[in-house]
Amino acid sequence: MRLSFIRKAPLAAFLLLSQHLFAQQPVADGVEMADRLRADGKIWVVVAVIAAVFAGIVTYLIRLDRQISKLEKDVRKKSSSVISH
Amino acid sequence: METRFLIEDAGFHPRYIMNKNWWKALAVLILTYVILQGMLGVVPRQPILNESIRNVYFHVPLWFGMITLLLTSAIYSIRYLRNGRFDDDVVAVEFANTGILFGILGCATGSIWANFTWGEPWPNDPKLNSVAIAMLMYMAYMILRGSFDDEQRRARISAVYNIFAFAVFIPLIFIVPRLTDSLHPGNGGNPAFGKYDMDNRLRMVFYPAIIGFTLLGVWITQLRVRYRRIKAALDE
Repeated sequence: MRLSFIRKAPLAAFLLLSQHLFAQQPVADGVEMADRLRADGKIWVVVAVIAAVFAGIVTYLIRLDRQISKLEKDVRKKSSSVISH
Repeated sequence: METRFLIEDAGFHPRYIMNKNWWKALAVLILTYVILQGMLGVVPRQPILNESIRNVYFHVPLWFGMITLLLTSAIYSIRYLRNGRFDDDVVAVEFANTGILFGILGCATGSIWANFTWGEPWPNDPKLNSVAIAMLMYMAYMILRGSFDDEQRRARISAVYNIFAFAVFIPLIFIVPRLTDSLHPGNGGNPAFGKYDMDNRLRMVFYPAIIGFTLLGVWITQLRVRYRRIKAALDE
């Protein structure tokens, strides 16, 4: 779209100024943090995801632990029955 | 007599409390606390770091855990050399395995963090390069073990290598980075994170996280050791 500069100027000015409006990042002490995420409660989604991953890993570990305990019991029973005979 | 600690119905039955797996439940509890408080708690507002400062609860404890695990591995290597018990060698190698796992995770988490705060995943940095050398040394330990068929020679030679590897590991990660300037916290004579300062809010989650991750590493190691023992018993 070939517009002369006079026609483009207002658009450019609008785009420049709108950055202020669109930059919704919350800032305090000049440092941006995820305050919006916390205000919206979306931080709980982050927590839930990480907690779910961790819960899965822990469940796997517990399952492994029980399987190994069972095997250990079998080995002990086997070795003790061998000894008693 | 072996009782298992059932997290769902722990109850107040005395038999469940006097249980030798209590530290595993403690690890789970601590790490759950770390995740919750680490994500939801208040942290200092620092430029460049922003929210990623929370990574200090996960990335750094992995490294402390790794140091503890590798130290334990070296100690068991020394014990094996002194009394020749094969079980000590099994424990040593499994602690080293878990230590290497934590090291890889530490490198990966650090790399992700660096990508967003320093601009690249692996800048040419003395601490990072020292850490990479340390990881390569321990991977060489694994390769060394794999190159032996005879169990006794494998155990003996790799035990000696393990002790030397740990003796080099400590100066590599503690001393060399402090000698020069580095992007990574822990340079120029300061303990890590001196500038941003570990404020007390961070410490409340950070110290338990170290304990939690270390215990998790010990749990994983214990499972692998028990598996190896069963395999050895069944192979006889």
